[in-house]
Amino acid sequence: MRQQIEGSQAVAQAVAACRPQVICAYPISPQTHIVETLSRLTKAGEVPGCEFMNVESEFAAMSVAIGASAAGARAYTATASQGLLFMVEAVYNASGLGLPIVMTVANRAIGAPINIWNDHSDAMSQRDSGWLQLYAETNQEAADLHVIAYRLAEELSLPVMVCMDGFILTHAVEEVDVPERDQVDAWLPPYAPRQVLDPDDAASIGAMVGPEAFTEVRYLAHARQMQALELIPQVCDSFQQHFGREAGGLVRPYRIDEDGQRAETVVVALGSVLGTIKDVVDARREQGESIGVLGIQSFRPFPMEAVRSALDGVRRVIVVEKAFSVGIGGIVASNLRMALDHLDIELRTVVAGLGGRPITTRSLHALFDRRDSLEPLEFLDLDRELVDRELERHAAGGRTGGAAENLLKDLGSVRSTPH
Amino acid sequence: MTQTHESAAHDHLKFYQVGSFAIGNRLLPLEVRSVQADPERNNAITSGHRACQGCGEALGARYAVDAAFRAAQGKLVAVNATGCLEVFSTPYPETSWRIAWLHSLFGNAPAVASGVAAAYKAMGRDDIRVLGQGGDGGTVDIGFGALSGMFERNDDVLYVCYDNEGYMNTGVQRSGATPPAARTMTTQAVGEAPGNPFGMGKDVPRIAMAHEIPYVATATVADLHDLEAKVTRAMEFRGARYIHVLVPCPLGWGSSSHDTIKVARAATQSGLFPVFEAERGDVTAVSRIRKRVPVEDYLRLQKRFAHLFTPERDEEVLAKLQARADRNIARYGLLGPDGDIEEGIAARRDELEGEGAQ
Repeated sequence: MRQQIEGSQAVAQAVAACRPQVICAYPISPQTHIVETLSRLTKAGEVPGCEFMNVESEFAAMSVAIGASAAGARAYTATASQGLLFMVEAVYNASGLGLPIVMTVANRAIGAPINIWNDHSDAMSQRDSGWLQLYAETNQEAADLHVIAYRLAEELSLPVMVCMDGFILTHAVEEVDVPERDQVDAWLPPYAPRQVLDPDDAASIGAMVGPEAFTEVRYLAHARQMQALELIPQVCDSFQQHFGREAGGLVRPYRIDEDGQRAETVVVALGSVLGTIKDVVDARREQGESIGVLGIQSFRPFPMEAVRSALDGVRRVIVVEKAFSVGIGGIVASNLRMALDHLDIELRTVVAGLGGRPITTRSLHALFDRRDSLEPLEFLDLDRELVDRELERHAAGGRTGGAAENLLKDLGSVRSTPH
Repeated sequence: MTQTHESAAHDHLKFYQVGSFAIGNRLLPLEVRSVQADPERNNAITSGHRACQGCGEALGARYAVDAAFRAAQGKLVAVNATGCLEVFSTPYPETSWRIAWLHSLFGNAPAVASGVAAAYKAMGRDDIRVLGQGGDGGTVDIGFGALSGMFERNDDVLYVCYDNEGYMNTGVQRSGATPPAARTMTTQAVGEAPGNPFGMGKDVPRIAMAHEIPYVATATVADLHDLEAKVTRAMEFRGARYIHVLVPCPLGWGSSSHDTIKVARAATQSGLFPVFEAERGDVTAVSRIRKRVPVEDYLRLQKRFAHLFTPERDEEVLAKLQARADRNIARYGLLGPDGDIEEGIAARRDELEGEGAQ
């Protein structure tokens, strides 16, 4: 049903429509509204046959989900930021055990310095965890991706992370056609586990594997993600046929090919910032610039072929990403570079929106205006003066104090800048 | 806490075999014989595993799991923390487990067990019972948060800790359950205060009681009939239950593999390891000491305490360890009303001092 609804509530209702049997929750901003809503729905009896558990940590949340999933229940949890890092050991364990848990990550920065606002550092830190990672562009897609996630997870016997931008999506109210239980029932079959804890069919699950088979076990994890590359488009097509709207997929090109010509410049990004980028691209297309957008919906598995064929023939790719690997630079860009191997494409990385800094149309226009002179790695709207002052202090030696505190002192009282 | 607890459920059974308190099953009526004595037992941990000779944990787990299996009428699943029990029982493709068994991580077994219990509850399978288990490292230290969470939510899980007082699987390092003065590879017998410092460590059975969960008990492999009885009793409750079993580790403790039972018995009979049951936070029964021994009788059997006796006796530390045992005896009323026990210990002490003089 179409309704004006907060992103978190839409996601909670979509999850509830999937008939989860065990939901475990530990609160962390900006994920809280999702689990609060699920708590209310389950307590009110609107999620039949579901146990809602308030646990003592995110590590416990993922561990409870592991136990529940291994026992044959459809399990769900949600987290963000520090919470995702706190559960990391169990995150890897869930994928290693092949448990089709679905988890929402309400993307948020990682401290120190502590910061509750949005970027992709949390989910990106788990790109090697063996989970599928799907990024939502809108709240509609965030809600729909959860239904898709259960279908993918259970067919592949792998866990799926649905990544949605914290606050920007989780706390935004907009119109969403929330998937309803009847619709979901007709599309998502009941969970039929590949292996289950069953007293009548005793199996040892999670036993030790030595060097004789470990490589093969890990290879199979990779092979199953490669299978997911085939499955994701099929499942998303099926979703579109059943629900009447597009969601997910591997990549989503926007205005890359117009008038039979491939764009000169393509901006690549993940998540909600795609909306802003598309607005900017529309404006620049109006001015006659040859520019398009490629949204990456599935970051794990990484759709090498789809990315390559979408970008083959463009002159320049600008990756706008909300996280980076300290000491080298762009994460999405590094992955992209592998996909574009041997293609003559200029690749530029722009790290943007860290810790909730707004990515404005004005900044993006200014950035794209400089498209011919961009450094390989840039930080959007970086306050160079502020950084240089701290670098000078540090170079002077001695007890210079904490960088974060020094910068805040230099800035004076925190103010919002007009966009 | 008072000193007038009821005796443990089966304390009326007294076995007097020469030189031991071993339970003579053949003398018992069928209905009170041990689960292990039943040829139809499940053999949850079957033979061929890789535990060390004399492993207390393998013994304790075998009795505990089979008793739980019988109480659950076969509808039992186990969740195991990483550790010796997990490693020695399951190098793929071999497994010793003849029950549905899940291993996830070192520090999350109680939470995983909670998840399993929640799943069965959601699916309406209240016939399936959940057993969580781990060593003291997985329970007392790294899994403690998960354990406390499982307790406070009163999740329907029986958790059994097999306490061998250290990280034995990784090569004998100190845990929060390592007793004072014990030598481990991270509390070595060197320096001014050799071994594990005094004033550290935690008493998890008492912490479990503070959660006011339905049932808490301690047990040792010296009295396997008692261990079975407690597991069986625990299975009569729903909600969070905890059994803490002392399991000597010949490798880590430096005891002879044939002395595992003897060492465990000396732990109880000295008072160093109190054996009791508690319901909803109150002690309901204690296993009284039948033949009290000084802590020395326990310590001397283990090389991890050798520095207390050679090159010379460390009277100060021995007195402090004896004081710990005495405190347990007073706290739990382990001696009971029999005055003659004191005479026995006095005689034994004289004997030991005589040996020391030689």
